[in-house]
Order: sequence, then C-alpha cells, then structure tokens
Amino acid sequence: MIVNVTDQAGEQHELEALDGWRVMEVIRDWGLNIKAECGGAMACATCHVYVDADWFDKVGAPSDEEEDMLDTVGDVRSNSRLSCQILMSDELDGLKVTLAASAAKDDVAA
Amino acid sequence: MSGNEIVTDVVVIGAGPCGLFAAFELGLLDLKCHFIDILDRAGGQCAELYPEKPIYDIPGFPVVTGQALVDNLMSQISPFAPEFHFNRMVNSLTKQDDGSFVLVTDADETFRAKVVVIAAGGGSFQPKRPPVPEIEQYENKSVFYSVRKMDDFRDQDVVIVGGGDSALDWTLNLQPIVRSLTLVHRRDAFKAAPASVNKMRELVMDGKINFLLGQVAKLDGTDGQINHVHLTMDAGDLSIPATRLLPFFGLTMKLGPVADWGLELNDNLIVVDTEKFETSVPGLFAIGDINTYPGKLKLILSGFHEAALMAQRAKKIVSPDERVVFQYTTSSTKLQKKLGVA
Repeated sequence: MIVNVTDQAGEQHELEALDGWRVMEVIRDWGLNIKAECGGAMACATCHVYVDADWFDKVGAPSDEEEDMLDTVGDVRSNSRLSCQILMSDELDGLKVTLAASAAKDDVAA
Repeated sequence: MSGNEIVTDVVVIGAGPCGLFAAFELGLLDLKCHFIDILDRAGGQCAELYPEKPIYDIPGFPVVTGQALVDNLMSQISPFAPEFHFNRMVNSLTKQDDGSFVLVTDADETFRAKVVVIAAGGGSFQPKRPPVPEIEQYENKSVFYSVRKMDDFRDQDVVIVGGGDSALDWTLNLQPIVRSLTLVHRRDAFKAAPASVNKMRELVMDGKINFLLGQVAKLDGTDGQINHVHLTMDAGDLSIPATRLLPFFGLTMKLGPVADWGLELNDNLIVVDTEKFETSVPGLFAIGDINTYPGKLKLILSGFHEAALMAQRAKKIVSPDERVVFQYTTSSTKLQKKLGVA
C-alpha cells in the first residue's frame, strides 16, 4: 500500500507502506524530514502532518491527548494530526499527507 | 576566570537511563562519575518525555514506567554516589596533551576527567521554536522561551503563547508587572492545571488581560525588537502591538555543542566502534541513542550493554597498570562490598 507525502520543500513522495505501520514510521523509514523524537509515544509533536481534505474523514479527528500535544506546535490547522497516531490499513491505501514545518529536524530555538 | 574546578575519573554527559547505568558499570570498576545534564533532574527522555508511559522491553521488567525505571536506576547506582550537576550544558570539550579532557559548562564550571562519556540521547533539551518566519532575529532580545528576569517584562506589552502550565503560570505571574498582557492559544481548552486556567479566566473577566484564540503567524519589528505580533485566527487575522513574546511550546532535543567537538558524525549521530563504544577521539565514548554503528537499535537495553563494554575500556584508560579481573556481582565479595551488600 501507498502513502503520498509532500515534504516541507513541497516535493512529493510516493512511499510504500505496510499494513499496521504508523504513518510516522513509514515517513521516517523512507528518510524524509521528520524528527519524530519520542518514537511514537505521543509525547512530542514532531511528526505533525496535515491530512489531505479528501482523506480527513477516513483518518478521523485527534484524541484529547493528541490535541494536547498539538498545542506544542505553532502551525496547527483543522486537518492537523500526529502521524504516529495514524495506522496504515487497506482503507488508508493511497493516503495523502503533508509534513508540517514543525515536524522538521532541528526546529529549535537558539 | 572560571568558577569551580572538579577533577574526576569520568564525566558522563546526560543523566538518562543509559548514562545512569554507566555509573553502575564504572562504579564496579572503582571509577568515580560526575553527571552533567541540561534538565533539572535525572532521567532524560524517560523523565521529561514519558514519565508515565509504560515500557515493555526492559529485560526483567514485564512493564515499567519511564519514571519508575529512572527511580530504580538511581537506587541501583546509589552505592557509588555519583555526583549530579543539573541545569547545565557542556559548552566546550578539549583534549589535553596527556590524553585527559577539560570540559567547561555554561555555568562556568571546569571539569577535568580522564574519560568522557556522551550519553546525551537525542541531544540536549531546548525550547521548541515555533515555525514563525525570522523569529531567530528577535530571540533573547524581545522573544524569550523562558523568564530569567521578571524585570525584562516590567511595563512591557507581553504576548504569551501556549496552553500548558508554563504559559498559564507566567500569565499569572507577569500580569501584575506588565503594561499589557495577551495570552494566545490555538483553542479554548488547556493542558495546564485547572486552577491556573480559572485564575486566568478571572483576569480576563476583570479586563486585566486579553485572551485570543489563534496562532502566531508573523512578527514585525526592527533590530531584534518586535513591535507587532500577527495572529491567524478563525475569527479573522489580527495584528496586536507587542514588545515581548513568550512562546511556550515545550522542549525538543538538539545535538547542540557536541556537533562542534570534531567527532565523526553520521546524520547527527556519533559514530562509535562496537567493542568499546569509543568515538573517533580516544577516551571519549558515546552510548545510548546518541551513537550509531552498523545494526544499531535505539533501545534502552542496547545502551545498557554499551555502558558495560565502555566501562571496561574506561578502566584501562584511567588505571592502565591495574589488572582487571572479570567478576560477577552474584559471587564476588569484592563487588558485593562495593555495592554495600557484603
């Protein structure tokens, strides 16, 4: 199955994914610019993506705990999700997401 | 002039689980450790990122929380009385002609050690920078990620961003001394303690502060001094006058000064061998999440193994003439004495 990811530079990537993988893991495994520093524990927000409008209903809204983590990025939109909380399945084959600026590596204050 | 000077066998940079366990392995070999960590307590990511999260792959623990693992490690290493220097970052590390190291912290302390172990995980925890264009040019002039001196905010037009305890606490603490204060948060729900949220709402009701639902999009200003903060809001975009901005978006990890120490790096990780977990600089080791080698797995248990092997080599560096006999804690009374159980 496939995840279509647009990175922070606007480049599009068609990534091969496996059933049950977290979208964050797919993006990280393919070496795109995702920090994902807590490794999927929903303890940071450095795997922040925007879910394409056509897919948002299928992916669904974030949980309360995920909303709390989304408070720690400055670029939340109505289609924001943490990609570690989206599990790949047949239903999501072809999913389209865009990496948020706040998911980039080394996005840090001086 | 530098302040304190501390002389020790080993300095461990980073007091996360792998660094803590290194103090155990080094302690069994009679090596004295000092820890330097940027956080205010031991535990690294386990304490800062996921203290309450269960971990299922620590050998011998079917399940243990991040904080419980740290507490157990602290108890396990207590016989060796390692010393902790918290809220500090190592700014520089230089190798001396005799092979030893001199480290200087941002608190202006000097450490001299024969061995240095970098156990810094994902790097040092730093405030998260919100993705606002050109925010860097205002940092530490009119944009701050923490309040060091309250006076910097006296009689200022302050904008605080965030919904956690830091944002709410500083809203309450700074309100009495500022000229104006606006709290900006992306939604009308807060992670902060409910009592603080209630107090904040009272201040809004009394007209003493403003609360706006939105996110910071852009800053206006000159020479590092902001004068307006532009917000994107559901209700329409808004620009508000401001002379100070305090974004509170939590912490993230950055490699930091380690990048400048001349070590061989691979994708911001320190390259080590798998026999001694030594870096490209002899006597300087890297264990845990911060290192890389063929087959590396970023697991706490890998870091424990790395700590044990590193300690063997560290002992040879500190005491080159001493013959080390490999011993087990189950059977060696010598080791048991060190642990205070024999």
